Amino acid sequence: MSSDGMFGEFGGQFVPEALMPAIEELTDAYDRYVQENEAGFMDDLQSHLRSFGGRPTPIQRADQLSERYGCEVYLKREDLVHGGAHKLNNALGQVLLAQYMDKERIIAETGAGQHGTATTMSCAHLGMPCEIYMGRHDVNRQRPNVFRMRLNGATVNPVDIGRGTLKEAISETMRDWARTVETTHYVIGSVVGPHPYPAMVRDFQSVIGREAKRQLREEIGELPDAVVACAGGGSNAMGSFAPFVEESSVDLHAVEAGGSDLSIDGDTGIAPNSATLSIGTRGVLHGSHTKILQDEDGQIMESHSVSAGLDYAGVGPELAALVESGRLTAATVDDDTALEAFHRLSQTEGIIPALETAHAFGYLEAHGEALGDTVLVTVSGRGDKDLETVIEESHRRELDVGFDLSVFDAEVQ
Amino acid sequence: MTDPIAAAFIDNPAFIPYLAAGDPGPFDEPPSADDAVAQTSAYIDALVAGGADIVELGLPHSEPIADGPTIQQASVRALEAGMTPDRFFELVDDLPADLPIVAMTYYNMVYRYGGSPGVDEFIEAAAAAGVDGIIVPDLPVEESDPLCAAARDAGVHIIFIAAPTTTDERLAAVMQRCSGYLYVQARLGTTGSQTDVSDQTRSSLGRVRSFETNFERDPLPKAVGFGVSSGEQAADIVAAGADGVIVGSALIDEITGAGTDRARAERQLEALATELAAGTERGAARRQSGPERT
Ligand SMILES: Cc1ncc(COP(=O)(O)O)c(C=O)c1O
Repeated sequence: MSSDGMFGEFGGQFVPEALMPAIEELTDAYDRYVQENEAGFMDDLQSHLRSFGGRPTPIQRADQLSERYGCEVYLKREDLVHGGAHKLNNALGQVLLAQYMDKERIIAETGAGQHGTATTMSCAHLGMPCEIYMGRHDVNRQRPNVFRMRLNGATVNPVDIGRGTLKEAISETMRDWARTVETTHYVIGSVVGPHPYPAMVRDFQSVIGREAKRQLREEIGELPDAVVACAGGGSNAMGSFAPFVEESSVDLHAVEAGGSDLSIDGDTGIAPNSATLSIGTRGVLHGSHTKILQDEDGQIMESHSVSAGLDYAGVGPELAALVESGRLTAATVDDDTALEAFHRLSQTEGIIPALETAHAFGYLEAHGEALGDTVLVTVSGRGDKDLETVIEESHRRELDVGFDLSVFDAEVQ
Repeated sequence: MTDPIAAAFIDNPAFIPYLAAGDPGPFDEPPSADDAVAQTSAYIDALVAGGADIVELGLPHSEPIADGPTIQQASVRALEAGMTPDRFFELVDDLPADLPIVAMTYYNMVYRYGGSPGVDEFIEAAAAAGVDGIIVPDLPVEESDPLCAAARDAGVHIIFIAAPTTTDERLAAVMQRCSGYLYVQARLGTTGSQTDVSDQTRSSLGRVRSFETNFERDPLPKAVGFGVSSGEQAADIVAAGADGVIVGSALIDEITGAGTDRARAERQLEALATELAAGTERGAARRQSGPERT
């Protein structure tokens, strides 16, 4: 990355002038506290991540999957981070940074509610008031997380515009910020948005890849042949990949949501998928030049995925640049395959993954035998939040997994 | 030929209404795109009859991050009725040639126009249609060089926004690139109507003015927008030193408030425009009769 926040042609700062002074202030704070560890910020963060967040998380050899695919499959267990997903790595970092910057209030968007929960937990932990914006559709499909956020004392504002998913939540949080920017910090939940967010969120999430690299060295004495992670905005993917980008022997695979169909309908403005890296085109959304799902006029499309956290029409600019340069392989896994993978991981490894994470394992099922001798897969989060959705969605389909739902018939009919 | 935008500020302060192009007003079933565009033309006629000096026309975008609920809803209505960039340019092309038109839209609309990424095609089409100036609220000076260069070649103004949070350093960069008029954002937040004149407005105007005296360029007209809704407010803003007043959401509220009665919407629009234009004139008179500047 160059100092102006560009990743090749991608990145930049496309935000209203009113926000630019705050973005400049944040860039300065990022340079000093995060990159240069001024005032011992990074040490302070690490200590919170250890005692409050439960880091480091282990890597685990997945015995059943290793046998199934004929290679060594290692899991990086971010589902064991406090809150149940990698999201805390970034949220805690940003809330602490806001405190170092003397900000008085935190706002954030959330899709699956994992970033929202990580943010409200961090705010409760550090004593900051907090408001979360969440699309109405997501409020309804991720209810446990709405309760968790409220239990932490945060206000959750449902966003009724559009389809009511992550895109609308981000736009609405930006509107709040435009009003309150002098006292408020906006904790963006992924490697998206204007510079410095993509770089800063990547740096906070790189702890995933750094730990895994060290742990693999200790355990097997070598680098993996491939790193696989799901990608919505791309923060667990970028955090997993960043320490391996310079290692040319390591292949990087970002798995996006293929939804129900990879085609897009320009007339209705609907993309029944969230495969931005795979089928998106260059454009500007939410502050950065990246790949987006859009129609020929430049209107942003409504995306779709069975998993709320991947349901987004944009993606981080650094991932777009890595795909463009050929360093990173972008792939898609559709709703059905992700649901099957959800059940498989639950049954064979005893890990109930988030639906987002399940996409990475759907990819493993399709390509596991061709990824090399050692494969590292990031388990970005756990699936407790998704149980209602999974029961409903599994029931509607004839999935290739032994999962008897008759016990629920009374409820789901 | 004098520049149409510069001409609009000569002698008297300018009243500058904003509408979302292609928004017909509330509907049960969306009208045809042609009807929606024709309705926008009728609304523009009403604004001109009420005393509009320049008209800002929004080219609706699906993610209007700088807009409050009123303009968001108008954008949704326009998009549902089938508004596109090409229809936008046709609409502008059909308006009276002597009415200065400023297009307001988000950067992705500019960047994607014409099929290949880049700003040139949008600027060419805008210039050909008779667009005099362009405002891109999500384009800060940092990212504006390609657009400014293309616009300069085509003789189109790029109008920048100075916000209450804009630092002196940033103001210098804004003033260097801005042409046509400077859009002084009256208050923090998104667009949407308010009732008072904020201290932020007065201090922003004062800051820009004192800045201009040290700055080597012809002074730019300063038009204040965001939250202006009444003639009294318009008068206060002009009395405080503004050269123009920009009003959007309050006018669109009139359209929305009229429901599906378009004739009523046009009448109410003209009435509010008349009040706002009169307020602008009153403010100018007050300014001449005594120093109110802060
Ligand atoms: C568990 C989990 N994984 C992945 C994601 C997708 O986000 P990102 O691509 O930024 O990692 C989310 C988002 O909510 C999530 O909750």
